[in-house]
Amino acid sequence: MNGLTHKALTWLDERFGAGAIEEFLRHKIIPIHRHTIWYYFGGMTLFLFIIQVLTGILLLLYYRPTPNDAFESVQYMMTQVRFGWLIRSVHSWSANLMIFTAFVHMFSVYFLKAYRKPRELTWVSGMLLLFIIMGFGFSGYLLPWNTLAFFATKVGTEMAGSVPIVGKWFLVFLRGGEEVTGATLTRFFGFHVAVLPGLCTTLLAIHLMLVQQLGMSVPPGVERAIAEGRETKRSIPFFPNFLLRDMIGWYAALGVLGALAAVFPWELGAKADPFAAAPAGIRPEWYFLFMFQTLKYLPSKVLFIDGELLGIFGFSAAALVWVAVPFLDRRIGFGRTTRFFTGAGIFVIGYMVVFSWLALR
Amino acid sequence: MKTAAATFLVLMCVLGSAGADSAKNSCVSCHSLLEDARLLKPAQLFDGDVHHQAGLTCVDCHGGNPNDESLNAMSPAQGFRGVPKKAAIPEFCARCHSDAAYMHPFNPKLRVDQLSEYLTSVHGKKLKQGDAKVAACVDCHGVHNILAVADTRAPVNPSNVATTCGRCHSDAAYMKEYKIPTDQVAHYKKSVHAEILAQGDTSAPTCTTCHGNHGATPPGVKSVANVCGTCHVFFAQLFEKSPHQAAFAQMGLPGCVQCHSNHEIVKPSDTWVGTGANSVCSSCHTAGDAGFKSSQAIAQNLAKLDLAIAQADTVLDTAERAGMEVSNAKLQLASAHEALIKARVNVHTFRDAEVQKITDPGLVIAKQADQAGVAALQELNIRRKGLGVALITIFVAIAGLVLKIRQIEAKPQS
Repeated sequence: MNGLTHKALTWLDERFGAGAIEEFLRHKIIPIHRHTIWYYFGGMTLFLFIIQVLTGILLLLYYRPTPNDAFESVQYMMTQVRFGWLIRSVHSWSANLMIFTAFVHMFSVYFLKAYRKPRELTWVSGMLLLFIIMGFGFSGYLLPWNTLAFFATKVGTEMAGSVPIVGKWFLVFLRGGEEVTGATLTRFFGFHVAVLPGLCTTLLAIHLMLVQQLGMSVPPGVERAIAEGRETKRSIPFFPNFLLRDMIGWYAALGVLGALAAVFPWELGAKADPFAAAPAGIRPEWYFLFMFQTLKYLPSKVLFIDGELLGIFGFSAAALVWVAVPFLDRRIGFGRTTRFFTGAGIFVIGYMVVFSWLALR
Repeated sequence: MKTAAATFLVLMCVLGSAGADSAKNSCVSCHSLLEDARLLKPAQLFDGDVHHQAGLTCVDCHGGNPNDESLNAMSPAQGFRGVPKKAAIPEFCARCHSDAAYMHPFNPKLRVDQLSEYLTSVHGKKLKQGDAKVAACVDCHGVHNILAVADTRAPVNPSNVATTCGRCHSDAAYMKEYKIPTDQVAHYKKSVHAEILAQGDTSAPTCTTCHGNHGATPPGVKSVANVCGTCHVFFAQLFEKSPHQAAFAQMGLPGCVQCHSNHEIVKPSDTWVGTGANSVCSSCHTAGDAGFKSSQAIAQNLAKLDLAIAQADTVLDTAERAGMEVSNAKLQLASAHEALIKARVNVHTFRDAEVQKITDPGLVIAKQADQAGVAALQELNIRRKGLGVALITIFVAIAGLVLKIRQIEAKPQS
């Protein structure tokens, strides 16, 4: 460390206590075992979120959230603004990759039982973050104001409106009126760039704080193997060893993003025409497909209950149960696994994959 | 024997209906029991007839007394008019159809000049000369099962008119004595007009659109342009101001049909203009004359613009398939397409300068669109090269990180 850097760090330490952070990083360790690879997906999701924030800010420089201008402003960005196409394509691809890595992170935590005591709140905050990320996807989908997005939003908000008692109110709240109009676009823009980022940042801070506070969880199977002497307890320092490995993943993600943006630029489609008939084959984004397909298969009435309503309730109940898993899986503890929850996790993944595939056929 | 049987049936009818409701129509109740198909059919068919739906009954045309259930119902004393002779049919129908006051309550929009028009037609004139083979009202509209023109089952509905006319006009034996061709309907069925009509566009022309319906007559040489011009207004106006107008009149040539034919009017092609194998200009113009040169220049201008548009289309499609955003350029190219359509219309000025006035700006637009497509493909190439450089940089950075990790972890832990 040269003299100037040392002086700068000392200056910062005197004012912000930067030394404490350095001290924390020096002592934070990451367990090493056969499942360590799954630890990287959390950091990868965070990296993609940072890309989203940066590219989103750049898009804001040109985007105009009105029905008359939204489509044209995105079109202008993609054709006239230098590297506008890259920023927009990276933003769209990164959003999808982020949801993918978030799902991988969530399932890895689930199967490695990392939600068990004392990390229940880390799991709950993570699940809430996942819902917020999906909200980002839903609200952002409408913003280019193209035909597919317009009708997909119409269908999506209609589903929300079918919930008894509060449904109508919720539909009007989401749309800013009875129909999907310019008011909906303004509202979704507000959710996308103000409400959701605010909530996301707060939850992310809590989530990261809990991760730092409680450290990385070691899977029960590994703990048992160490206790029985079949495995030795190994670890590496977070800084710089793990961080450098994390960075390899981030660089790889950056390469994948760049390749996707250059080879498959995100399509803009045709401008939305609210008076036109809905085009054939309207589908939501891929991460909503399994729900969409399930609702399609449900009959209009199941006994005396509306089929779609039953589906929505079913998914809401399943999501609640999923969030509450750390409090339900009480048998989990040192060296023990609960087969039921592992089986349920495999069933959920199978269900999502099969129903998404059916929707894409 | 037949008469005896008919009398028996009528008597049965009279006895069977004794004491029945006086509003009962004795024409239908008796004719329904007759064996002779000629007499039975009217009673069977009339239910679906537009006149029946309007509340009219047999007596409104044939007279007689529907309340009288004896044969006396059909006596002249009861106003019975019977079945009109062929020559009398137009006037028979016109008793009502030429009476505006009578027709108004049924359909205020219905014309009442059918008879006067019919009498000016070739059909009408020949009928008056005693030719009973020509078409009168019932030959086209039917009898006792007459349907409204708008009804797609009606023989006079636009979609059925060609078939209806063809029943006589395509029958070589029937038409032999008139010495006119019998291939009109066959030709018409190959035309662009028939094609559009078959697609359900009832505004597309059929026989009666050009020849008239009640006043059907073949358009003369002088009136062809007027007939076509009722729909193709711009073309007719341009032709009127063109050098061909006076020349065709002088040579006794019909206007539009000289190049486009009369019944087999197929979709025109740019190859009709110029001096190529398909050229219609060459049938009159010969090498060296002004018209020959002008047609060559017109053909070249059209071909140039058509080619420029096709090139731009290909480039833009390639760029679009590669994921480039070229919708603005595609929109721009639509203006060039419009220019080509306008230039094709302007061919009817038969002046190359008039066509060039349209094709030149179209060419500029097509070239701009083409350049936008080329620029998009170049940009795509740059993006791919940029991606290559970025991936190499990323790979080098990853390799550096791997080496750094190895270097750190190679040191003995303190």
